[in-house]
Amino acid sequence: MSLVWISLITLGVIGSVSAIILYVVAKKFHVEEDHRIDLVEEVLPAANCGGCGYPGCRNFADACVKADNLCDLHCPVGGNETMAKVAEILGLVAVEKAPMVAVVRCNGTCEHRPRNNEYDGVKHCFIAHNLYSGETNCSWGCLGFGDCELACDFDAIHVNPITKIPEVIDDKCTACGACVRACPKDLIELRKMGPKGRRVYVDCRNQDRGHIVSKACEVGCIGCAKCQKVCKHDAITIENNLAFIHDDKCKLCRDCVIVCPTNSIIDVNFPRPKQPKVAVEEEVSQ
Amino acid sequence: MKSFRIGGIHPKENKFSAGAAIQQADIPATVAIPLAHYIGNPSEAIVKRGDTVKVGQQIGAGSGFISANVHASVSGKVRKIDVQLDATGYRRPAVFIEVEGDEWLETIDRTPDIVRGCSLGKEEIIQKIQDAGIVGLGGATFPAHVKLMPPPGKKAEYLIINGVECEPYLTCDHRLMMEHGEEILIGTTILMKALGVDKAIVGIENNKPDAIEHLTRLATTFLGITIQPLKVQYPQGGEKQLIDAVLRRQVPSGKIPIEIGAVVFNVATTFAVYEAVQKNKPMIDRVMTITGKDAPNASNYRVRLGTYLSHVVEQAGGIPEGTGKIVGGGPMMGRSLMNLDVPMAKGSAGVLFMRDEESIRKPSQNCIRCAKCVSVCPMGLEPYLLMAYCERNMWDELESNRTMDCIECGSCNYTCPSHRPLLDYIRFGKSTVGNIIRNRNNK
Repeated sequence: MSLVWISLITLGVIGSVSAIILYVVAKKFHVEEDHRIDLVEEVLPAANCGGCGYPGCRNFADACVKADNLCDLHCPVGGNETMAKVAEILGLVAVEKAPMVAVVRCNGTCEHRPRNNEYDGVKHCFIAHNLYSGETNCSWGCLGFGDCELACDFDAIHVNPITKIPEVIDDKCTACGACVRACPKDLIELRKMGPKGRRVYVDCRNQDRGHIVSKACEVGCIGCAKCQKVCKHDAITIENNLAFIHDDKCKLCRDCVIVCPTNSIIDVNFPRPKQPKVAVEEEVSQ
Repeated sequence: MKSFRIGGIHPKENKFSAGAAIQQADIPATVAIPLAHYIGNPSEAIVKRGDTVKVGQQIGAGSGFISANVHASVSGKVRKIDVQLDATGYRRPAVFIEVEGDEWLETIDRTPDIVRGCSLGKEEIIQKIQDAGIVGLGGATFPAHVKLMPPPGKKAEYLIINGVECEPYLTCDHRLMMEHGEEILIGTTILMKALGVDKAIVGIENNKPDAIEHLTRLATTFLGITIQPLKVQYPQGGEKQLIDAVLRRQVPSGKIPIEIGAVVFNVATTFAVYEAVQKNKPMIDRVMTITGKDAPNASNYRVRLGTYLSHVVEQAGGIPEGTGKIVGGGPMMGRSLMNLDVPMAKGSAGVLFMRDEESIRKPSQNCIRCAKCVSVCPMGLEPYLLMAYCERNMWDELESNRTMDCIECGSCNYTCPSHRPLLDYIRFGKSTVGNIIRNRNNK
């Protein structure tokens, strides 16, 4: 019987001493945390995607509370709505930012870009990229093994099984940039969503010279600079044999889409069908 | 019989072309001489379009310490300096020369006589090797002159000549030892002089008894050179494995062989050194093996650099029927070629035709923890673990598990009963961890 008492008393003493130590330490080393961090964290989407540039939502909330203004802080997942709530809590002015979306800048589908060899290694873009240039003659284009799909936390990007090119679902994409970092070929870019999702961009990243590109892919940018000449808004630059449309200057007039000889400039979410394009193409061919 | 102590495998040798004498390959109509190297900075072209060049004339200058000069391998007119598809499918700069005749520089001694004596001093030899653009021909194409200049405080004790050729199918080094044994030994004495060592060991695997016998007989007239027969085991041709096999010394992790007083050169490099120093001939050609189970005439060819592989293959009888995969190099370390219209570079040791049924990779299954990969790894690593870390992007753990020590020999892939793509993942891990380390060091 005494054994039971001894063990009970010993455990009781150890327990109480530890409790006292814990209490004293907790009081002595107490860190006063700004209660607003919790409030801000509550309105954040809790995706912990890292799209804002911070490791997680709590770190972002901490940064918001410490900041004097919200110019450089933006939650791409929550967007302007969330940032307005954050600004309200902190008594700051919310900065409106245009919503962004990820675009895959390669249109080298099986149809446009014939495969000339077969890759039988591990079906991961990063491993294939480490070994060689890919299954086609274009060493810049999409490998199609879907590392971007694996990287996406929001189920917003999927490799089309027929074309073998990833496609972004605009409504789900939060522009967190995970796919941008995952792509070894650096094909994915965050661009402005545009009014009603309308945007125009060069669907190619190939920086080889024209004759090499045209042999490898039907829809590759050959750097002919026709789009640059036709653009009235100075929105197009040609660098390393590749056109680039600056989305802050582009007025979505689509002159470049019509003039592009290889159809490498893409317009999305515009009303179809587009009659003028066919007419101009015929004119050019004549 | 000596061999390295950790791991190792014994793949089927298949050395079909071991008896075939080295043939001179035809000079093609055009060549594209690559300016970029496997290791180090690319060279800069010093000729321009329309220039007439002779064989052996310098056309590219090495930029930086770890880089090598490039010389014209044919005579003719420079057509253009442009990008050329290389074996990995990327486009790299190259000098395109249209061949006109076969006119050599007057300074090059083209007579077949063997020049034995060398009165040059240490610096002059190294300078000559650097001017000739000699790189290691074992595969890594590391510039030879860099190896001959040990960092301050380090002293070489032994020169080791690598005549192992552990890679299955390939026989170019074997034939070189048989046909140019004396030149290789003279090259060895030149390298000994350049390094200031008095002991050289030539390591040869005992599946080449004729080469061992031939060189042992010749070596009696050379001071300080011993021939060391080695037990057949892959990857004995790896620098660190060879040092372990002949000297019983291990290179510390992350260090280079000079740390333990050894410098290793391939026999083909040694032969190139002989030609450069004694005959003034820069590196303009190399011996390569065209082989395969169904290859019509598996043989060894001396090919000018920049020749398109398709040209050499055509001369060797074309692509055999039923070929599923063409590999540049040997079956273990070589890489599949997606295109034969690539120029041969200094590191191209062979072209291997694999049959359709051999070339298919079996589907990967789960790891059964048999630890076969661990027991065969010649660097004492745990490939299954490294692959798991790579799959989960755990770079810190990869680094602490010495992934950078991997020599990419492929023994783990070869032995895995579940056909897991261990090396593919480890290669990726190595490149990522290498980048992380470089970024950290640059900070």
